[in-house]
Amino acid sequence: MSNNPILSAYDLSKSFRTTEGTLTVLDRVSVDLYCGQSVALTGESGSGKSTLLHCLGCLDTPDSGSMTLRGQNMMHLEEAHRAAIRRNDISVIFQQLNLIPSLTVAQNMAFQARLSGRYDADWLAELSRRLGLDALHHRYPEELSGGQQQRVAIGRAVAHRPAVVLADEPTGNLDESTADDVLKLLLELVRETSAALMMVTHSSALAGRLDRRLHLRQGHLT
Amino acid sequence: MRALVLGALLAHWRRHPVQFVTLILGLAIATALWSGVQAINAEARKSYDAASRTLGLNTLERLTGPRVTIENFTTLRRAGWQVSPVVDGTLRGSGLRVLGIDPLSAPMQAGLAGLMEGSVDLTAFLTPPRMLLTAPETVSKLAKLDLPVTIQPQIAPGTVLTDIGVAQKLLNTSDLSYLLLEPVQARDLPPLHTVTNLNRTTPENGTDIARLTDSFHLNLTAFGFLSFAVGLFIVQSAIGLAFEQRRSTFRTLRALGVGSRQLIRMLALELLGIALIAGAIGLVLGYGIAAALLPGVSGTLRGLYGAQVSGTLAFDPTWAISALAMTILGSAAAGSLAIWRVAHLPLLAAARPRAWALASRRQLAVQLRAGLCLLVTAFILAFVGTGLLAGFACLAALLLGAALSLPSLLMTFLNILSRGTRSVLGEWVLADARQQVPSLSLALMALMIALATNIGVGTMVGSFRTTFTGWLDMRLASELYVTASSETQATEIMGYLQPRADAVLPIWSVDGQAQSRPADIFGIVDHATYRDHWPLVAANAGAWDQLRSGKGALINEQLARRAELWPGDTVSLGADWMLEVVGVYSDYGNPRAQAIVEYELLRSRYPDVPTLRFAIRIAADKADALRSDILARFDLSPDAVVDQARVKALSLEVFEQTFRVTGALNVLTLGVAGFAMLATLLTLSTMRLSQLAPVWALGLTPAWLSAFELIRTALLAVLTWVISVPVGLCLAWVLLSVVNVHAFGWLLPMKLFPLDWLVLGGWAMASACLAALWPALHINRGAGAPLLRRFADER
Repeated sequence: MSNNPILSAYDLSKSFRTTEGTLTVLDRVSVDLYCGQSVALTGESGSGKSTLLHCLGCLDTPDSGSMTLRGQNMMHLEEAHRAAIRRNDISVIFQQLNLIPSLTVAQNMAFQARLSGRYDADWLAELSRRLGLDALHHRYPEELSGGQQQRVAIGRAVAHRPAVVLADEPTGNLDESTADDVLKLLLELVRETSAALMMVTHSSALAGRLDRRLHLRQGHLT
Repeated sequence: MRALVLGALLAHWRRHPVQFVTLILGLAIATALWSGVQAINAEARKSYDAASRTLGLNTLERLTGPRVTIENFTTLRRAGWQVSPVVDGTLRGSGLRVLGIDPLSAPMQAGLAGLMEGSVDLTAFLTPPRMLLTAPETVSKLAKLDLPVTIQPQIAPGTVLTDIGVAQKLLNTSDLSYLLLEPVQARDLPPLHTVTNLNRTTPENGTDIARLTDSFHLNLTAFGFLSFAVGLFIVQSAIGLAFEQRRSTFRTLRALGVGSRQLIRMLALELLGIALIAGAIGLVLGYGIAAALLPGVSGTLRGLYGAQVSGTLAFDPTWAISALAMTILGSAAAGSLAIWRVAHLPLLAAARPRAWALASRRQLAVQLRAGLCLLVTAFILAFVGTGLLAGFACLAALLLGAALSLPSLLMTFLNILSRGTRSVLGEWVLADARQQVPSLSLALMALMIALATNIGVGTMVGSFRTTFTGWLDMRLASELYVTASSETQATEIMGYLQPRADAVLPIWSVDGQAQSRPADIFGIVDHATYRDHWPLVAANAGAWDQLRSGKGALINEQLARRAELWPGDTVSLGADWMLEVVGVYSDYGNPRAQAIVEYELLRSRYPDVPTLRFAIRIAADKADALRSDILARFDLSPDAVVDQARVKALSLEVFEQTFRVTGALNVLTLGVAGFAMLATLLTLSTMRLSQLAPVWALGLTPAWLSAFELIRTALLAVLTWVISVPVGLCLAWVLLSVVNVHAFGWLLPMKLFPLDWLVLGGWAMASACLAALWPALHINRGAGAPLLRRFADER
């Protein structure tokens, strides 16, 4: 593990306007992610976990603070630049809606790798085998179970060997045994590709299996 | 409780106002086009009925001949025959029909008595200065005549009823047009043929006009129904999806104790409310459309069939009620599937809007099989079926068959395209377009039907225009056309012209009969003008020589097709006058039967009919000078000597007017299809965000996603257009070779206009992109905020 964080966030704040006034979701949150390290992010519902993940993943923009990826500024970027970071450096795995419904399993797995120009057929074949997806290549997302869909999402997320993988309750919809399998595969592949992983979860048991644990309460990290 | 449930259901529309507006507008436009066409048809039928009443005489037998005089009338009356004189003609310059009658001798069955009763002063009618009776809408056209006018609403628009003497004066004639025969005559009368040489005929009556115009009204109704059906596509799509989006609401209401039947009743009530609101808006729009189109329709009917139809629209409550009923029935039909689904909804069923939108492959396969069956039916009907109804059934089967096959054909096209694509984004765009096809299929079907109809009708009108222009060039070969006011003047003009013109060709016709049908019989002199230019569609070898020798007749295509007469057959042109058909000529735009025989031969049979019109052949550069000479020398009105260009211009103007309504309906149908596309895309837009969100998360900007949305919609529109071209050409072929032959009596060669198709393709793409613009801009709004929200909403 390198001493320099691959992704660094400092004093991030984010508020939303509601009918009842301004709601501060993130309040000067700072976090560093390192290559090969996995971090669990826990907290109650509405504590700001997903918002932090979205900001780190260039899906949303914080109101203030600073963020760097490999030491490069990530704040105040144009959408095109942020899209390029999502495409090349940071993968996000959601609880649902990970897959493109019109593409087959094989096409979904290869999509981001081809988009970023890092398509590696051998690596994809190996991923497919290890994730147990060989027999499902021609199926469409709607024809898969929840566990199968999440395995395809993991394969797609690491297929282009990103620097950071962010996962927002990736096992939230799965039963315990399937969730365990999915997490095992995710950790294995992230370590193998030396990516930094931050995973939002409600489960203390799952959080305990990761290298580090952060807890978010009312917009503050503890 | 009822109000509570209804409130919960209606809350959906408050949250989705755009969906509500598109639903209402879709149904309103459908109602508008349907009710507009119905209003036009009703107004036309009312005019036919009025004509039939005014000329109730049209149901009576009449005595006609080349020349009917007062002497014929008095001779018959003296012999005991109950006849009544009628002068019937068109007032030059106004197009008004002048009908002169003798109310004292007119048969009761003619309906004139009813017309004259009460409101009309018979003494004023018969004594100077006399009076004109006319419909309210015709009054303004009579100002120049300087005669007292009495409004009589029962009279057909465009017709003036007056005393026989006034009519003769207005029409500048001393003759009668025909004598009406009282249906019940005294016994022991001398046989008619011993008293007069006039022919006893049954006229082309109001029913004939109605029959003739039936095809035109059927055409309009077909267009109206097409637009209504396209509108119902919008309604079915919007209602179906709205019901599916509310599945969880239905489930919750059921779980809270609302009975299934009560829920259905509330939904039916909601649907009725929507239908009534949209129907009312549609009625107002429909009235506007009808009022705007009616003058055009009236011109078309006058040009094509000589039928007089009022150019102004009167509000008829029956029309409004029947149009509303049609809207309610249409909404019920469009919403019935959705209501049936709710009725059979398991209490614990989960909402599956995406599954609803994505029809299964099996469903598409069934649809394709049904489509192919209909296409085969259309093919059989085109070649085996007979009659106008078979022609329209063929058109319906063709359009519906092609529409049902469309989704599968689009899938096939997209598959072929994706095989040749190497780029990852290209693959995604095509795969996504394929996935979109089932949910967009109704709108795409509507677009295909509208495009095919445009191509079909455009090809028909274009073919007609090209053929008609060429035909006019042939028929109007002479440089000048002269009409004399009397026989004496005609003789003088002829004498003057003989040494000055290359040829003077009499245009002389008599009101006769062909195969026992009323017909115009023309007598012509042999001349190269006819031999070189007359447009024959079928002829014997040496047809012109046979005509010159008086052994044969030429007949027009309408008569040939109606009476099944072709070269070699024999045509009857009156009692004991049979001639061989030596040729058949095209005669577009004329509803009447026509025959041409040798001039002297006709003169020997009709010696008393004067020849007042001539065609003059002269070098083109001398025509203007000769025209001025004739006008000055004989003190003729400018209308009496017209040049070829003016006659052509007038004919073409009538032609363009004839198809103006068709063109307007074409554009409206395309507009409805474009709206169907917009309605569907708007309805699907929320669902669409869920499909696009993952792609955005993987690194595509919202701007790119918006652009891809437009590209995808344009691609589907272009592919739909590609499929619509052959369908439209088949449609044109059926219109030209089947429907027109039955409806009008002439066969036209089909011409192709590829540039028009390209322009239409451009319009289709533009309207589809315009429809997709709003949903596409929605994606781009707030730098991906709506897309990010999908991830939170889907948990």
